[in-house]
Amino acid sequence: MKRIAAAALMAGLTFAGQAMAEPVKIGMITTLSGGGAGLGIDIRDGFLLAIKESGNKDIKVIVEDDAQKPELAVQIADKMVQSEKVDILTGIVWSNLAMAVVPGVVGQGTFYLSTNAGPSALAGANCNPNYFNVAYQNDNLHEAMGNYANTANYKKTFILAPNYPAGTDALTGFKRFYKGALAGELYTKVGQTDYATEIAQIRASGADSVYFFLPGGMGIAFMKQYSQSGISTPVMGPGFSFDQDVLGAIGDAAIGVKNSSHWSKDLDNAANKKYVAAFKAEYKRLPSLYATQGYDTANLILSAVAKASVKDKDAFRAALKEAKFDSVRGKFKFGNNNHPIQDIYVREVIKEDGVLTNKIVATSFTDHQDAYAASCKM
Amino acid sequence: MSSALLIEQALNGLQFGVMLFLMAAGLTLIFGVMGVINLAHGSLYMVGAFACAAVAAYTGSFWLGLVASLIAAAAAGAIVEVTVIRRLYNRDHLDQVLATFALILIFSEGTRWVFGSFPLYLDIPKVLQGAISLPGGGQYQLYRLAIIGAGLIVAIGLYLLIAKTRLGMRIRAGESDREMIGALGVDIASLNTIVFALGAALAGLAGALVGALQSVQVGMGEPVLILAFVVIVIGGIGSIKGALAGAILVGVVDTMGRFLLPQLFTLFMQPSQAATAGAAIASMLIYIVMAFILAVRPKGLFAVNA
Repeated sequence: MKRIAAAALMAGLTFAGQAMAEPVKIGMITTLSGGGAGLGIDIRDGFLLAIKESGNKDIKVIVEDDAQKPELAVQIADKMVQSEKVDILTGIVWSNLAMAVVPGVVGQGTFYLSTNAGPSALAGANCNPNYFNVAYQNDNLHEAMGNYANTANYKKTFILAPNYPAGTDALTGFKRFYKGALAGELYTKVGQTDYATEIAQIRASGADSVYFFLPGGMGIAFMKQYSQSGISTPVMGPGFSFDQDVLGAIGDAAIGVKNSSHWSKDLDNAANKKYVAAFKAEYKRLPSLYATQGYDTANLILSAVAKASVKDKDAFRAALKEAKFDSVRGKFKFGNNNHPIQDIYVREVIKEDGVLTNKIVATSFTDHQDAYAASCKM
Repeated sequence: MSSALLIEQALNGLQFGVMLFLMAAGLTLIFGVMGVINLAHGSLYMVGAFACAAVAAYTGSFWLGLVASLIAAAAAGAIVEVTVIRRLYNRDHLDQVLATFALILIFSEGTRWVFGSFPLYLDIPKVLQGAISLPGGGQYQLYRLAIIGAGLIVAIGLYLLIAKTRLGMRIRAGESDREMIGALGVDIASLNTIVFALGAALAGLAGALVGALQSVQVGMGEPVLILAFVVIVIGGIGSIKGALAGAILVGVVDTMGRFLLPQLFTLFMQPSQAATAGAAIASMLIYIVMAFILAVRPKGLFAVNA
C-alpha cells in the first residue's frame, strides 16, 4: 500500500551534476486509497506538476498514502520528521487527520503547509508560526454561500450537513452571513448515501432554497436523488460538492447549481491559463479545486526556496509569509494567522464541449479573511 | 406533519429495507449453508455496481448493465469460492474473517486499478425517471418504487427456489447437516459454488440498483455490509424469512428514527441542538433495536435450528 514516489523521478533523476544549492526535502501525506482517494490524487498531481514545471532538481518529494486514517497519518508524519528528516510536510486532505498531525509536527519545528484542510481550531488561538494554510479556512466557502443567499433574496433556506466537526463548522459558517430564516436544519450520518428521508422533509418544509455540505460520495448521492424526487427548489453548495472530481458522477442533475469557490478554471489570469492547459496536457483531465491547491502550495514553496535556505527557519518562514508567487487564484496573501485572505466567487455548473464544469457568475467576497484570525496572537 | 410525508417516509423505509434484503439474503444463505462469515460480500455489491455502470456507459443501456452486474458478481463469487473460500470451510471463523477481509482489500484496490479513483456515473433508466403522485398530495420517486417491486419479486423467487425446487431442497439439507448430504451422494462442492454465486449475484443486483441512486465508488459496499450483518443477526442467521423480516424492520426503524427523533427532540431543546442530538440517537437506533431483540430472542426472530 505504501508508495514512495520521488518527484525527483519526474523531474529526471539527475544527481550526476550535484547542484550546489541545498536539497529541500518535502514529505507529502495524502489520501491515495479508499473512497476519498480522488482528492489526494488530485493534490499530489497538482503539486508534482508545479515541481516538474520549475525544473528545480534540489527538491525531493516523498509521497505516502494515509488511507484516510488519522493513526496512520500520525505514524507517517513521525517517520518523515524523525527518520527522513523532511523540512516541510504537506498534503493532508481531511480536517480530522490534520488535527491529529499538524500540532505535533509544527511543535517540533517542521513547517506544515495545508493543501486542503483548514479546521477552525488551528486558525484561532492555537495558530502556529510554522503552520501555513494555502487553501482556505473550513468556514470560508460556506460563509460565501450564506452571503450569496442574501443577494439571491432567499428567505427560507433548508440547510443540511453530516454530523461531524466539519459539518457543524459548515452550517455555522453559512449562518454567520445568511440573514433569512431557516426552513430546517438537519445533520445526517457521516457516510450516509441515501437521502430519501431528508428530501421528503425538504419537500414538506416549504423551503425556497436548499444549502448542503456533503463531501465526496455523499454529495453525489444527494444530488442524484434530489433531481429525481420531483422537487424544483434551487440548490446551493460549496465548491467541493460541484468540482471536477465529482461532476462526472453527478451528471446533468448538477447543471445550473450555484456553488462557492476561491478558484475556478475560467479565472482570467495568465498563471491560471497556463496551469489549466498544462494540467490537461499532463494528466488528460481538467484540474479540480484540490489539484489547484496542491499546485499553489508547491509554487509557494518554490518561491520561498528561491529566497531563503530552508535550514534558516526564520528567513524561510518570512519568505513563505510574503507569498510572492504567481497564484492561479490571481491574488493571494496571508493574514496574521497564516490563513489566506482571498476573493471567493460564486460559480454555476455548466456543460461545455460535453463536459460538466463551472463558470464564475458573481463575486461573493473580496479579500475575505476568516472569523478566527482575531483570536490568533501572531 | 402531513399524511403525505408519513406515507413517503414509510415507503422510503420499505425501499431501504428491500435493498438490505438483497444483501442480507446472500449473506445469510452463505453462512447458513457453508458456515462461512463472508466479509467480502460488500465487495461483490461493489463489483455489481461497477459492472452495471461500465456496461451502461459503454452500451447506453441500463438494462444490459443490470444483466452484466448479475453475471459479473456471480462470476466473481464463483471464482472467489473456488479459489479461496473452499479452503476455509474447516477452519475457524477467525481465519475466515482474515481471509475475506483480505479479499475486501484486493477487490477495492483491484477496482481502483481498473476504473480509477473517481466515482463513476450511472443514471436511472429513462422509463423510471421522475416522480409519481401519492395519495395525500405527495410525490414519490418512481425508481424507488421499482426497487421495492424488484426486491419483493426476488423475495418470492427465493422462497419458491428454496421451498419448491430440488436445488432448494439441497440447500435446506445442507443447512441442517453438511456431512450427511455429502454422504448421500450430493455433490457438496458444486452446491457450495452455486449458493455462493447466487448470493453474490443478489449482492451485485443490489449494488447495480442502488448505484443508479447513489455514487458508484470504491468502498461503497462496506457500510451496507455492516447493516446486512445487523439484519441477519436480527432475523436469525441462515433464515431467508428472517432476512426479509429483519431487513424491513431495520429499514423502517432507521428511516423513521432519522425522520422523527430530531422532531421529537425539538419539543424540549433548541432546534440546532435537537438536530444534532436527534441525529446522533437516530444513528444508534438500529443497534439498540438489535440489542433488545437479542436480549429477548438470542438466536434472532426466525432461528433456523430453534
